[in-house]
Amino acid sequence: MTAVREPVARPEEARARRRQPLLSRRRLPYVLIAPAILFELLIHVIPLLSGVGISFLGLTQFFIRNWTQAPFAGLGNYRRALDFGGPIGEGLLHSFLITAAFTVIVVALAWGMGMLAAQLVNSEFRGQRWFRTLFLVPYAAPVYVSVIAWSFLLDRDNGALNKLLGDLHLIGDEPPFWLIGTNAFWAIVMTTVWRLWPFAFLMILAGMQSIPKELYEAAEVDGASPWRRWRHITLPLLRPVTGVLMIILFLWTFNEFNTAYVLFGPAPPSSADLLSLHIYVNSFVNLNFGLGSAMSVLLLVFLLLVTVVYIRVFRVGSDRLAA
Amino acid sequence: MRHRSVRGRLAHATGLAILAFITIFPLYTVIVSSLKPLGDVRGEFHWIPSNLTLQPYIDIWKTVPLAHYFVNSLIVAVCATVASVTLAIFAAYAISRYRFKGRTAFNITVLSTQMFPGILFLLPLFVIFVNLEKSFGITLYGTYVGLIITYLTFSLPFSIWMLVGYFNSIPRELEESAMTEGATPLQALFRILIPVSMPGIAAVAIYSFITAWGEVLFASVLTTDETRTLAIGLRNYSSQTNVYWNQLMAAAIVVSAPVVIAFLAAQRLIVSGLTAGGVK
Repeated sequence: MTAVREPVARPEEARARRRQPLLSRRRLPYVLIAPAILFELLIHVIPLLSGVGISFLGLTQFFIRNWTQAPFAGLGNYRRALDFGGPIGEGLLHSFLITAAFTVIVVALAWGMGMLAAQLVNSEFRGQRWFRTLFLVPYAAPVYVSVIAWSFLLDRDNGALNKLLGDLHLIGDEPPFWLIGTNAFWAIVMTTVWRLWPFAFLMILAGMQSIPKELYEAAEVDGASPWRRWRHITLPLLRPVTGVLMIILFLWTFNEFNTAYVLFGPAPPSSADLLSLHIYVNSFVNLNFGLGSAMSVLLLVFLLLVTVVYIRVFRVGSDRLAA
Repeated sequence: MRHRSVRGRLAHATGLAILAFITIFPLYTVIVSSLKPLGDVRGEFHWIPSNLTLQPYIDIWKTVPLAHYFVNSLIVAVCATVASVTLAIFAAYAISRYRFKGRTAFNITVLSTQMFPGILFLLPLFVIFVNLEKSFGITLYGTYVGLIITYLTFSLPFSIWMLVGYFNSIPRELEESAMTEGATPLQALFRILIPVSMPGIAAVAIYSFITAWGEVLFASVLTTDETRTLAIGLRNYSSQTNVYWNQLMAAAIVVSAPVVIAFLAAQRLIVSGLTAGGVK
């Protein structure tokens, strides 16, 4: 573009340039968005549809290299997955219940700790910035690193956690095993909460900082206790943030794979048999992709239902989508 | 809230101390263990180490081809980040500045991809990669390209979402005045909108990089020895009989350092990016 040109005086030239086939006004947005759509199709949409397709096939290890040959199984995979009397259905139901309990506990703890930390950091005191930075470290570190760190901490005989509990006289002479038996459930809860709560902290803090200070000052003048100020100012005004935060935490936790996988590999104790790992084992270890896909589709349908109901009830993000 | 009672201050300090302890306890254990000789790490845990050594930080590069995994992770994460940010800028520009058919549909698709379990995509993606190779000779399984396009797609929806929020907060008049002076829409994007949006773009880039750097599930299936990333490679510090815990902890620190430093340095950007894109 040269400075000599005077577009105001020669509008037809500017218009002619915009009429270039690729970058015409009308086409430009589609051209800009096309690459993103292409990749979304290749990695998200087509695999999603293929996954639904595979779930109707008897795609076992014999057919991986020629999946068109895999026999049609109809609803057979779904029937086996949902037959809670049989070993496969029973395993899936158990895994679902474990995952549901895990999700409720993790989301509640992550939200509670995030709220507490945001409340404490969102006031003026010396070293405020240091605490904010410190609290974010577990979230910034790669997931597998924090899980590896916890697997070291949770060792029965030489782990730091049992050492700490022993020094505090919270356990007796027989230190508990954390990575086998029912305690494995609490091991994945601790590990997941430790690296997830900073995200809740981050979101809640960002939300709190947009609440006008005058509201609190007015309430303080009226003699409202800190609890009442939290209950009647902070909580209601954080509603939009909480709405989005809760559904994100729910989806992440329900789909959680890394913690259990890095801690236990493909053979988790039954108390830590989270759904994603359960499906992974059925697909890639037992090499039954048809069954694994049917389970994935069931999981997706469940998550979709919960999300749709949640969005309807709490009207989350509706303003955003309309924007 | 400066005028606190003594009791209020005490509660405030106690709360912070407990949360700080929960955060620091694992971090301290990792750091201290990465500085111990192997014999000490294997024995009972002591709060104060008796022997300190930097040897594990030297040994980590020999026990396992860590440098190789590091380079692999770097290639994959950098390429995925650059590609994802570029695609996100174009898409977000279109969504933010144009009204066109399918805009709402695209918005909804972008959001809903966030809820689908990774395991649901992994199976078919694996099968598709294997069959693309068989039918068309396009090798994606076990290659950098396969992993890069997978990761860029993971961060793309959220990146677009965050950038749309950011672009929406920037007045259109800036570009419109440039366009009345003869600039094409693309020139307006590159010369005006992108320079102004650098903080938002940086936040999105860091988010994409962290996503790619920390991914485990897809890396475990889609990589081979040749393209193995750190997420999977760290496992090799434990063999059947032996776990080199001190080296594993040292490697964990080395591997985390780049992303933790980047994240903490940019925490303000990320918070404002989240607020613009997600919270409102």
